[in-house]
Amino acid sequence: MADEALFLLLHSEMVAGLYRAAEQGEGENGRCTTKLESMGFRVGQGLIERFTKDTARFKDELDIMKFICKDFWTTVFKKQIDNLRTNHQGIYVLQDNKFRLLTQMSAGKQYLEHAPKYLAFTCGLIRGGLSNLGIKSIVTAEVSSMPACKFQVMIQKI
Amino acid sequence: MNSELFTLTYGALVTQLCKDYENDDDVNKQLDKMGYNIGVRLIEDFLARSNVGRCHDFRETADVIAKIAFKMYLGITPSITNWSPGGDEFSLILENNPLVDFVELPDNHSTLIYSNLLCGVLRGALEMVQMAVDVKFVQDTLKGDSVTEIRMKFIRRIEDNLPAGEE
Repeated sequence: MADEALFLLLHSEMVAGLYRAAEQGEGENGRCTTKLESMGFRVGQGLIERFTKDTARFKDELDIMKFICKDFWTTVFKKQIDNLRTNHQGIYVLQDNKFRLLTQMSAGKQYLEHAPKYLAFTCGLIRGGLSNLGIKSIVTAEVSSMPACKFQVMIQKI
Repeated sequence: MNSELFTLTYGALVTQLCKDYENDDDVNKQLDKMGYNIGVRLIEDFLARSNVGRCHDFRETADVIAKIAFKMYLGITPSITNWSPGGDEFSLILENNPLVDFVELPDNHSTLIYSNLLCGVLRGALEMVQMAVDVKFVQDTLKGDSVTEIRMKFIRRIEDNLPAGEE
């Protein structure tokens, strides 16, 4: 069992490290968010495979989303998604009122501009998880007041 | 479950660094640097939660690292061996390293020190408690060795109260 503190520090150092490298011209600038997202994607793919090993087959798309909001989120972030909304046409909004990766930053609006960096990995995590369950999606995140945030999942019909 | 999250995330990080940097040496350096930054912050969490007091000698430090810190953060207890006669150098033997749970090194990365982050973490954390140490991998199961061995060498006490690099 790895400790949670270690994951939180690793995640924030990943963000910091990528941006630091980009500033020094070592990595390609402006692509940090994409990199973080794709790292999350890989991790999401791996995790969902392990988490769903012993679960029953999912009924439908909504069933899968509920699994992401409850089991998946609890295992990764120690709490459930607080609110799941959908327009029943392929758009889901997952709201977390106290998102674990933002709680270490001061609440409110002071560092709001930095928040997207800390959400990219998780966007990828959701997209990767869904992808391994056969759902192609685009995931974006939105923060208006930390540490609350919303993830919007747009299902891509194949 | 949580350890899979950490292991997989670390794997994704190493993979990304291998794409970003041309040679393994640069990846090793980058991992060490990131580990260092983690270590200097992790020590606060460690001291706050472990209730460990000041160590009187390097042997005690070794015990705290292996039996408390590794146990707390990675869930393993490495054994301490190969003390140098002067008592300033020892090895941590990791029977199983959780960082490499799902890992195989491809042939073209033979000089990659996959878990090098750990060295940085140890160096960074100890620096914050006024100890300069040299940390490196001397054996690695990923490279075919039977165990993973981290060698730690005490260099000096840091008397200066300012952390390095901050003037």
